[in-house]
Amino acid sequence: MNVDRITEKLNILADAAKYDVSCASSGSKRKNENKGLGNASNGICHSYTEDGRCVSLLKILLTNHCIFDCAYCVSRKNNDIQRAAFTVQEVVDLTINFYRRNYIEGLFLSSGIFKDADYTMERLVRIAKKLRTEHNFNGYIHLKSIPGASDELMNEAGLYADRLSVNLEMPTEAGLKLLAPDKNQADMIKPMGYLKNAIIRRTEEKKLFKKAPIFAPAGQSTQVIIGATPENDSEVLQSASYFYKNFNLKRVYYSGYVPVLADSRLPALNTSVPMVRENRLYQADWLMRFYGFKVNEIVNDSQPHLDLDIDPKLSWAIRNMQAFPVDINKADLQMILRVPGIGLQSAQKIVSARKFAKLNWDQLKKIGVALNRAKYFIICKSNEFERRDLTGSNIKQFILATSQSKYLKNTQAQLNLF
Amino acid sequence: MMTTLIYDGTFEGLLTAVFEVYDRRLDRVNLQKTDLGTDALFEDKLQVVTDEARANRVLKGLKQKISSMGVQRLYAAHLAEMDSDANSLLGYIRYAFDSVLNIEEDYGNRFVMRVSEIVRMVRREKHRMEAFVRFQKLKDNTFYAGVEPDFNVLPLLIRHFKSRYADQKWIIYDLKRKYGLYYDLHDTQYISLDFANVGKPADVIAAFTEDEGIYQHLWKNYFTSVNIPSRKNTKLHVRHIPKRYWKHLTEKI
Repeated sequence: MNVDRITEKLNILADAAKYDVSCASSGSKRKNENKGLGNASNGICHSYTEDGRCVSLLKILLTNHCIFDCAYCVSRKNNDIQRAAFTVQEVVDLTINFYRRNYIEGLFLSSGIFKDADYTMERLVRIAKKLRTEHNFNGYIHLKSIPGASDELMNEAGLYADRLSVNLEMPTEAGLKLLAPDKNQADMIKPMGYLKNAIIRRTEEKKLFKKAPIFAPAGQSTQVIIGATPENDSEVLQSASYFYKNFNLKRVYYSGYVPVLADSRLPALNTSVPMVRENRLYQADWLMRFYGFKVNEIVNDSQPHLDLDIDPKLSWAIRNMQAFPVDINKADLQMILRVPGIGLQSAQKIVSARKFAKLNWDQLKKIGVALNRAKYFIICKSNEFERRDLTGSNIKQFILATSQSKYLKNTQAQLNLF
Repeated sequence: MMTTLIYDGTFEGLLTAVFEVYDRRLDRVNLQKTDLGTDALFEDKLQVVTDEARANRVLKGLKQKISSMGVQRLYAAHLAEMDSDANSLLGYIRYAFDSVLNIEEDYGNRFVMRVSEIVRMVRREKHRMEAFVRFQKLKDNTFYAGVEPDFNVLPLLIRHFKSRYADQKWIIYDLKRKYGLYYDLHDTQYISLDFANVGKPADVIAAFTEDEGIYQHLWKNYFTSVNIPSRKNTKLHVRHIPKRYWKHLTEKI
């Protein structure tokens, strides 16, 4: 093995893949069969980079040679950078050896498009196949669906991969047209649509025949870049909601645009990464998927942007004061989930615990409720509760005064007096 | 009158203590691992002699009061080895026995809540070990990892590592508690190693396979390459990987 060459390739092709933020290694149920290597279950983050993102999979491009010229992408055709390509065997060896040392949960393999879609997809599938069939590898494999790849290849990909993803890149088709003139949304949606139907069909088969093979058990995901084009949060979340509903996506990732390229169509190179906006979008995404919120309740035409200084649940609550206060000891789970400062686990615990006895403030605090926010919106077994008739904006001010907002923390630098 | 029960710190010892509480009809008790030697005036002291038969009777009774998951959670909480919380475990078990209903989800009760907190801490440590174990390949093809977990979680790791790395021999060694797990391709067993004779770093490196250094080097390179400097967030980084774990993480050494 030529260590220097492999090191160089790994550096180039990991660097090029890192703007793909998908990191999940959960949602699969692949077991270790016949004393092989590995399994995929709940997802483990094995390490964290200095920017605080998790490292779960060996995330690399097969190659950064690309025939496309998408403005936002470091690997675009006209960008003057070092190019490299792994061989199939090199990717297999890296995956197996990293996995055996417990560095990773598996492989995330993407690629620049070389020659054409099918040619590229075929290489990706070949690596997954080799890992599964020759090395009895049962760890997690996430493959990129290359836009425009044939149904036959997508079918094969589904047989070996745990998760597949196509990146929509831009939240709207107009944004895509502007920055990625070579791509069109129809090509992206085609493999997504094929996989969605194939997953449904295979899941039905699996119910009837236990021996039927598992097919992309961790489903599909996608990614949209935030802040490169002028879409507002409402457009971003409406689009996410559409894809969750129509393509049964497991996740939509929001990737704050990191300015790496000078281009008149893009934000300037010194623009800061919209990290708080990205964070608020994820919070809104969680509200849609786990807290029973409809997208229109979070953003709509009169509220096209998420508040940056407070989280979207609190933002919804202060716009809807008529829904509060909520009686913790009586309200149903769905309503308790809507209280700012109460998360999924706390809500479950409250509903379980109140069957035994009514809960008071101390107990709620012990259970894990963030009372500094929740106290304005709930009553419990206590004579003490918020008696003032506060408006939404009063509450917002009180909460901001007693806590450190991510927004302020990230924008205001501490000034030195001396 | 308060009775101080002194037990040996084992799970069986804890269950035997429960037996004593009911056998002697004790009411106010204080369970502790070591005899602190203080003799308060109005205090009885009782040495609990761990007894497997009695412990099993208590366990059997407990299983009729709470689910088998609940028993497992109690065991996980016990592995936290938090002396000051022995009374929470005892309190939990007594509350379970004294109630008609299954009390596992009565989070308003302080014992149930405390046990739930301890379980969460232990499970988090277990999960961290599943993430932070870094195997190094030895010449005899055994993969070795040294760890220093906050809690005694090795027993909770067996199932995960055995099913994942079924085709390689491995050792996970708790350097703090001086014992380890060894998987020999068939079963796992507890082992203890003598490190007295492997003091020199050169000896340790000599025990690795030739490609071990290469893959460590590649992994470190990969770790650096995936970082996005313009998103630097040290606070978040350290919250996810607290510094005490760094010395056993290949990429952070």
